[in-house]
Amino acid sequence: MSSESRAIDIGVGLFILLGLGSVIFLTTQTLGSTALSESTSYTLHAHFDHIGDLKVRAPVALAGVTIGRVSRISVDPINYQASVELRIDKTFNQFPIDTFASIATTGLLGGKYIELGPGGDEEVLQDQDEIEFTQSAILLENLIGKFMVNGKGDKDE
Amino acid sequence: MTRSLRDCWVSFGQFAATFGSFQMFSLRLLPYLPKAFLRPRLITDQIYSLGALSLVLIMFGGFFVGTVLALQSYSTLVEFGQVDALGAFASEALVRELGPVVAALLFAGRAGSAVASEVGLMRATNQLAAMELMAVDPMQRVIVPRFIAGVISVPLLAAIFCTMGVLGAYLVGVHLLGVDVGAFWSHIQDRVDLVDDVGSGLFKSFVFGISASLMGVYEGYNAAPNASGVSRAATRTVVITSVWILLFDFVLTGMTMPGV
Repeated sequence: MSSESRAIDIGVGLFILLGLGSVIFLTTQTLGSTALSESTSYTLHAHFDHIGDLKVRAPVALAGVTIGRVSRISVDPINYQASVELRIDKTFNQFPIDTFASIATTGLLGGKYIELGPGGDEEVLQDQDEIEFTQSAILLENLIGKFMVNGKGDKDE
Repeated sequence: MTRSLRDCWVSFGQFAATFGSFQMFSLRLLPYLPKAFLRPRLITDQIYSLGALSLVLIMFGGFFVGTVLALQSYSTLVEFGQVDALGAFASEALVRELGPVVAALLFAGRAGSAVASEVGLMRATNQLAAMELMAVDPMQRVIVPRFIAGVISVPLLAAIFCTMGVLGAYLVGVHLLGVDVGAFWSHIQDRVDLVDDVGSGLFKSFVFGISASLMGVYEGYNAAPNASGVSRAATRTVVITSVWILLFDFVLTGMTMPGV
């Protein structure tokens, strides 16, 4: 093998390695601690009257710490509620059956996420169970509307 | 009046003929593809001269696109108090759009034109005809290895471009503008999706790789066998490839955009 073709081999090898390394870098970036596969997570369901602008992939948090993701959002055509599917890390499989799910906002302009508040029941939620106690998103517009109406009422009296 | 109409018709006919012969050329290429891997040496040589030698340009380009992106988005984000999202903003733009498109454009300028003029000069100096006389198929020997090498190289170059861009954005964002390190990376992990963003970016650059290298070998193979023909082949490769890439980018972005 001549030295020239050896140099080419080294160049090609380095190039491919660098390229694959970049692909791995880009893919692992997205696979932070928040990536959940089928085997390391379980699913819960929850119904909300209104989900605000909750998106698929929004975080599910316990005490402010992300422990899962919203995996699917659909509308229940029978009771007109939004049906949300949550994928939660298997480490946190001890949620009491009266756990409370509410939709909260990160910051003033931030996106919506689901905050779980554990209850006190002895029985725990299993895979595919339904969280019964939920609180809808607080819509900023409604809140402002209420304030304005109340403010007017006070002045009139 | 009739004359200009006729000119229009003639040039439209020429365009259709070129387009048709390009399609025929692409189809003729297909049966050669599996056989080309019997001579991997030819391919690796081309990966070296098309891909590995483009590395410096691509890395340089990616790095500075990333730094500029960080500087530019910082001035907007700081008004909304959302500078933490800088990393997500820059890396999503890089991975989805800028990486594949700019890397492919640089590749077309750096390597596509080189292929076109090299093959064109082979045509002009009758090297392709000489190969045919020796019963060596120039398609198999010259064209297909260059095409395959281009298709392999462009996605890798795009990935390197994106990585350098993210690193550039990291350097400027975190070390120059004072964005929090943890917020920078965690926002990236939050926002950038494996399939929707990285996958669609790589898919795009694969398509761009096919169009860039196909255009290079086609223009070179069909170059007029003289000096101006060779230079025209190189120019046409860059121009047409750029147009194709930008056009395909619109179509592919529309197809892969979630929620559109």
